[in-house]
Amino acid sequence: MNRKVIREGLDSRIFDAVNKVLLVCFMVIILVPLWNVIISSLSSGRALAEGGFIFWSKEFSLENYRAVFNDSTIGQSFVVSVAKTFIGVITHVFFCAMIGYGLSKRYIRGRKLYVAMGVITMFFSGGMIPTYLLIKSLGLLNSFWVYIIPALFSYYDVVILMNFFRNVPDSLEESAKIDGAGDWHIFLKIFIPLSMPAMATIALFNGVGQWNDFMTTKLYITDQALYPLQMKLYEIIVQSQTQSMQNIGGSVVIETTTKGVQLATIVITTLPIVAMYPILQRYFISGMMLGAVKE
Amino acid sequence: MNKTSASATSASIPPAIPPSAKKPMGQRIKEFVTDYKRQWEIQSMVLPGIIFMIIFCYIPIYGLTIAFKNYTVIDTLSTAPWVGLDNFRIILSDEYFWDAVVNTLGISFLKLGVGFIIPIILAIMIYELNMGRFKKFVQTISYLPHFLSWIVLGGMLITWFSTSGLFNELLLNLGLISKPSNILLDAGKYWWIATLSDIWKEAGWGTILYLAIMAKIDPTYYEAARIDGAGRLRQIWNITLPNMKAIISLNLILTVSGLLGSNLDQTLVLMNSQNREKAEVINSYVYRMGMTQGDFSYATAVGLGVSIVSVILLLMANKVTSKLNDNQSVL
Repeated sequence: MNRKVIREGLDSRIFDAVNKVLLVCFMVIILVPLWNVIISSLSSGRALAEGGFIFWSKEFSLENYRAVFNDSTIGQSFVVSVAKTFIGVITHVFFCAMIGYGLSKRYIRGRKLYVAMGVITMFFSGGMIPTYLLIKSLGLLNSFWVYIIPALFSYYDVVILMNFFRNVPDSLEESAKIDGAGDWHIFLKIFIPLSMPAMATIALFNGVGQWNDFMTTKLYITDQALYPLQMKLYEIIVQSQTQSMQNIGGSVVIETTTKGVQLATIVITTLPIVAMYPILQRYFISGMMLGAVKE
Repeated sequence: MNKTSASATSASIPPAIPPSAKKPMGQRIKEFVTDYKRQWEIQSMVLPGIIFMIIFCYIPIYGLTIAFKNYTVIDTLSTAPWVGLDNFRIILSDEYFWDAVVNTLGISFLKLGVGFIIPIILAIMIYELNMGRFKKFVQTISYLPHFLSWIVLGGMLITWFSTSGLFNELLLNLGLISKPSNILLDAGKYWWIATLSDIWKEAGWGTILYLAIMAKIDPTYYEAARIDGAGRLRQIWNITLPNMKAIISLNLILTVSGLLGSNLDQTLVLMNSQNREKAEVINSYVYRMGMTQGDFSYATAVGLGVSIVSVILLLMANKVTSKLNDNQSVL
């Protein structure tokens, strides 16, 4: 995009300057609050209670993080989060790829019906209560598998993978068939390795979804041992909110300690995504495009 | 392309299925069964998906019938007595439901009015940047908030808005207020909090599609315009925007179809006892009636009503977009 190689005109330069200034403002609006969260989480309870800082804390301390790590349930939640994200992503991608591969063959019998069934699921659903009743009757309430099994399938992802598989040259499949390979063999040994970019994209989207998901827990899980980080954080937030409303005039110390713990938990909950973010960014963008330009 | 692969699989499968309407039913079923058996290996890949869809998508759709029943905890789906449209009649006279409708529409229209334009402006601004490095940096940072969950962002908002938090600190330093107050407890401001926090989270992410479309605009248009003496703003107005018209209208219409499905996660985190009357949206109302008060039939009826309206909006949206895209349906 070198359409502006020839720079000219005063008004054009003013435009560029104004544009840059506005975008820098935009960056500030995004970065300052995030920075403030990090710096606040590293502050002592006293500094937090006083407030009065934006960019730099008055009193650095690791006490919030110490409090979080002393709480053994947070460690357990971290394990639950990692496990459900890891297992969930692998099973989801494999399941969707398998169906997408089958549906990518136009000769498969019943394809029209299968596709119609899939498209309907994109726009209709039973909604919260009928789904809850189903999960309940399947015995998935308070089970780790409620994170995995209902999340196995997404027709949207099936469509993306289906279109990707279609772009693989047919000759590859043909020669394998001549050598006597079956469909499963071709799928596992040829198509999966070739489709790694598409599968990685879907894995990443799904991974972020799994990591950030808390409605599943809120709806189907009451057992604290199965709480992921997001739910743990939600509890801490709700707890501190009701507290701060009750104790107007009450003890300030309790409020600020909860606030510190809350901030430290926020940072810990977000850290994995932010840490992966620079590496994964380009996959996300290509995935957006993949999803947008369908047929 | 596919014909060759089909004939490679097995020579006897006809590459194109002939119009089957003329054949007798028995023969068609027979053919299907033979083909299915021959294709069992590839069918075995699709079958788990079909079973999944029947269990996890179609059984809940059937479960919607409890909206027309009086379902209590001791009932099962089949034993609950039918009550016809009673639940829907109660909805219409339920003032809490109408409060939720007003809030949902209010927040949705604010999000639509403000939140829809900002990504477009932002995308144009990023597109007009000519420094590669800075451009990359701006994009990277602007996508970042999208990856925070609503729980995380809700927690952040609660600390930012608290009396000793960032927001009050900034306003105090700028001299705009004299005394800190917790904005989240102010019901009158909730709609704006919901809208602006949503924009903060998603505006950068919303630019991706627009930027992709803009990258495809032929640069010679701009050259020609420059030779004709068009300034930068004029180029944006007469070249960039017209080229994005299709995607903008498509996006707008799809947003309209989701008007009633306001963000449940956001509401659950940001709603408190002080701002409830302005924060309750339809989705959170369904959650409260169904999951915490156990009124399954009533909550399902509300959910079903909303789904029906949403599907109608979607179908209308599809109709309008297909007109805009030379009668090619986007769905």
